[in-house]
Amino acid sequence: MVAGTSSGTATVTLPADDQILITREFNAPRHLVYRAWTTPELVMRWWAADRGTMTIAEIDLRVGGAWRYVMTANGGFEVAFHGEYREIVPDERIVLTEVFEAMPEAEALDTVTFTGVDGRTRVQILVQHTSKQFRDAHINSGMELGLQKALDLLEEVAVSLS
Amino acid sequence: MARAATTADTFNAVAEPRRRQILDLLAGGERPVNDLVHLLGLAQPQVSKHLRVLREVGAVQVRGDGRQRLYRLNGHALKPIHDWVKNYERTWSERFDRLDAVLDELKQEEDDDGGGHE
Repeated sequence: MVAGTSSGTATVTLPADDQILITREFNAPRHLVYRAWTTPELVMRWWAADRGTMTIAEIDLRVGGAWRYVMTANGGFEVAFHGEYREIVPDERIVLTEVFEAMPEAEALDTVTFTGVDGRTRVQILVQHTSKQFRDAHINSGMELGLQKALDLLEEVAVSLS
Repeated sequence: MARAATTADTFNAVAEPRRRQILDLLAGGERPVNDLVHLLGLAQPQVSKHLRVLREVGAVQVRGDGRQRLYRLNGHALKPIHDWVKNYERTWSERFDRLDAVLDELKQEEDDDGGGHE
């Protein structure tokens, strides 16, 4: 479907009204991508991207186990997500629930799939929401962070001019 | 709440399931209203109402062809929605750039441990 995905860009598509599909290929074998995805100390290093600092990464990696990620975004506000593991196939697939704590009524079911391709790994995250409204709100939450980042930059520029 | 600006109106227009269905049908090419009425199984006034909303935000365009009115998709007006997803995509791209760096380190460690020769 997504042939020759080069590393560097995530591809986001909306396969259905209540779904989001994120795809990316990594230049590393499957077991390492899985490890980076499921080890708290490693998640701490990548999940917040440049948009903040991660303060909590709890991962109880077993069926029924809980996870929780918290970051302090650059604007100073806290962004937190949590959920529960539903299915775990090491190096292959994780199914988990995901709740953005600012919007607790919208619980999504995520399926993360790790596929090996000649020493590389394709990761697909299928986010299944219970409604289009929640799916859209989920996408908007990324927008808020993006906006926050823009505002931070604006502030920097403003300070440099004063 | 204040009425949103035109960009948001495109979102509203497209948020309605029937209107999304109309856009899907028009993605296959230009169609007369009667076609849409038939395919959607709705009454003509309802279809016309949806088409009017879509036309107001520019998502569809209409031209008269004799007694028929033909509707077609205007992809350009849907660009805000494309941009909306792009922003979300950017968050993940940034996140994955960091993950790339972590993975490079893990690969290096594994090579150092398992290689056996320095």
